[in-house]
Amino acid sequence: MANVLEELKYSKTHEWVRVEGNVAVIGITDFAQGELSDIVMVELPEVGREVKVEDSIGVIEAVKAVADLYSPLSGKIVEVNSNLGAAPETINKDPYGEGWILKLELSDPSEAEKLMDAAAYKEFLTSEEH
Amino acid sequence: MDKKTPFFDKVLEAGGRIVSFAGYQMPVQFEGLLAEHQKVRESVGVFDVSHMGRVEVKGPQALEFLQYLVTNDVASLDMCQAVYTVMCYEDGGIVDDLLIYLLPEYYLAVVNAANNEKDQTWMREQASGFKVEIVDRTAEMAQLAVQGPKSEGVLAKLTSADLATIEFYHGVETELAGVRMFCSRTGYTGEDGFELYFPAENAGQVWDKLLEAGKPEGIVPVGLGARDTLRMEMKYALYGNDIDKQTNPVEAGLSWVVKFDKPDFIARDVLLKVKEERPSRRLVCLEVQGSGIPRPHDVILDEGEELGVVTSGTFSPSLRKGIALGYVKRGFHKSGTELKIRTRRGDVAAVVVKPPFYKNASHK
Repeated sequence: MANVLEELKYSKTHEWVRVEGNVAVIGITDFAQGELSDIVMVELPEVGREVKVEDSIGVIEAVKAVADLYSPLSGKIVEVNSNLGAAPETINKDPYGEGWILKLELSDPSEAEKLMDAAAYKEFLTSEEH
Repeated sequence: MDKKTPFFDKVLEAGGRIVSFAGYQMPVQFEGLLAEHQKVRESVGVFDVSHMGRVEVKGPQALEFLQYLVTNDVASLDMCQAVYTVMCYEDGGIVDDLLIYLLPEYYLAVVNAANNEKDQTWMREQASGFKVEIVDRTAEMAQLAVQGPKSEGVLAKLTSADLATIEFYHGVETELAGVRMFCSRTGYTGEDGFELYFPAENAGQVWDKLLEAGKPEGIVPVGLGARDTLRMEMKYALYGNDIDKQTNPVEAGLSWVVKFDKPDFIARDVLLKVKEERPSRRLVCLEVQGSGIPRPHDVILDEGEELGVVTSGTFSPSLRKGIALGYVKRGFHKSGTELKIRTRRGDVAAVVVKPPFYKNASHK
């Protein structure tokens, strides 16, 4: 069973969000990294880009699969995890920690309330697996 | 409900992540595709390949029948030798690619799992008029592939047979891990390696002894994911991707398994015509320049002109870059030709290279 952290918010496209004031740290969930398995390339968005909820903001390539990264919230990209260029496998090893992908300055922090909490995401995963 | 191979419990125990493949519950990976791939290139790995179809062909006209059925020359086989071949429809399209072994009491055809039923139907249809018997041995026989530069050393601990004297594509009937079996120097990885055929009821015993014997070499079970990246790095065709009923062996680069100088066989005249007139497209190896990873169905282009599509595409663990197999219009198939592949992330530059992609494999 994939690891789901209590303190995070989750999207239906398997991104996680940690809101710190008006900035959100975003990555992909343990479930998502497990499904993709060996991640070998991450295409990151440009810092400064304005994005809306569900915009495609990056591409994650594993050996045998490719997935889009969708923005779970709206705002401006203020930082990307530049370590992922040389070590994309960090997402597999530590999806909620060192494998974070980007930081978003939120234009509407209330959007985060529409995301799933840990219990709802666990429920969502159970329904996905059937 | 998908079938299980005789190793299913062992595979689960070893942490295999199970997916549905060709009607079987098979492991796509164990500890991780990249690690498994590297282990086979550098040391040794074991693959459960019992999902492959195993078909016995025997009877007074078994040889005549096989010569008619497949494109390669079965008559040239020595005892316990194997030949790689394809069998074609009358129009030259490929029914399947397969191995045929000459064993002491019968010929053994090893076919793709997804094609097993279709192949046996086709074989039985073609067998009318020949005095042959075609027997499905898939369920009663287990099949393991032990692959990697250290495979001979590991297997040598389990048998008294002199494995060092077995040449590529030859085999021996012997006792190994306490079980009577047929062991051949064959595989689908480019590395030195063996395939073992034995009764399904001995599966657990052979698996356990093999993993135990291979501990010093760090032997690991390997899933379908690494099986695919290993074969792609060698440009070994995969049925359903690179070859199918709409491709012929000449355009697929498999002319070397079509022997026009043997007695008549299905699709001979069609294939001879294709060869003489030269095929309109060719299966090529494409190496990406830069960071893209091609995937099946991606379009291959030159100056905006569509030349064909990618049939297999992946990140190559050994080369650390994207590689693809795909068909391109004749004229664009020569090595060094610079083309574009339209991937999900946009067009990426790729160059046609000579096979194999990976040049340091332990079997040349």
